[in-house]
Amino acid sequence: MTNVQRRRRGQQLHPPSYAPGVETDAELCKRLRDGDEEAFVTLVSRYHEPMTRLARSVVASQSVAEEAVQDTWMGVVRGIDRFEGRSSFKTWLFRILINRARSAGAQEPSNAPIEALRSVDPSRFNTRGQWAEPVVHWVEETDDRLDAAKWSPVLSSALADLPARQQQVVILRDVEGLSSQEVCGLLGIAAGNQRILLHRGRSRLRAVVEAKMAGD
Amino acid sequence: MLSLRRKDLACQQAVELVTDYLEGALSRRDRRRFEAHLQDCPNCSAYLEQIRLTIRMTGSVDTEDLSEEAIADLKDLYRRWRSE
Repeated sequence: MTNVQRRRRGQQLHPPSYAPGVETDAELCKRLRDGDEEAFVTLVSRYHEPMTRLARSVVASQSVAEEAVQDTWMGVVRGIDRFEGRSSFKTWLFRILINRARSAGAQEPSNAPIEALRSVDPSRFNTRGQWAEPVVHWVEETDDRLDAAKWSPVLSSALADLPARQQQVVILRDVEGLSSQEVCGLLGIAAGNQRILLHRGRSRLRAVVEAKMAGD
Repeated sequence: MLSLRRKDLACQQAVELVTDYLEGALSRRDRRRFEAHLQDCPNCSAYLEQIRLTIRMTGSVDTEDLSEEAIADLKDLYRRWRSE
């Protein structure tokens, strides 16, 4: 299988849009295998912070998260020869990270009853379950209000406030662009459970954006 | 048309189907009910659009660049791991 085919198979939702001249993960992996330090530095610059964010959703403290990330890099450097390219590099990397973070001490799962959570505050509906007030059409808002730079910190902190399992699923799916199948495999959860966690997480993020827009 | 009305979705039910809809996980029958509801309900259409935009905004959440210092530390570790 060529590297191009591998990339196509591994990265389904948001294929990284590498600018011309920017090396793909597969190219960097090949150089890393040859002991190229600069390839390591490029991969570190690309993934260290996203890995820390993901690890932080698995473990209870920043320092444990950082240790798990460092430990993962060690695993990558020592185990790169065993990476066969059957998944994307990113998925392989995240798998090592999740395993190390979990064994370093995963957060206690929250016991909050799922039934108590609703996607939308029930007070927004009338007794027949219809919207009591019109829902605002964000798309009609000016581009400025949907500006990524403005929303990045808002969504970043809203993400960090999600319950751990929702956070993991939303990060992997919507931030990192992994497929549902990859995420189920990485987290060891069933497809239906993954959809519930994704649904709760996305609904919560939507509510945060809505509140912020209303407050502006 | 009482039987048909009974099959209609309330908005409060429709919003709970959004993710399954976007994931292609609804049965054909539920997808048809959901889409029929959207056609008649500008509020739920706007809600679905809000969810889509939220997903897009989440996809552009950034992280800080790693500091030069942190990169230098990792380089040192790399050399150690390679030499061990």
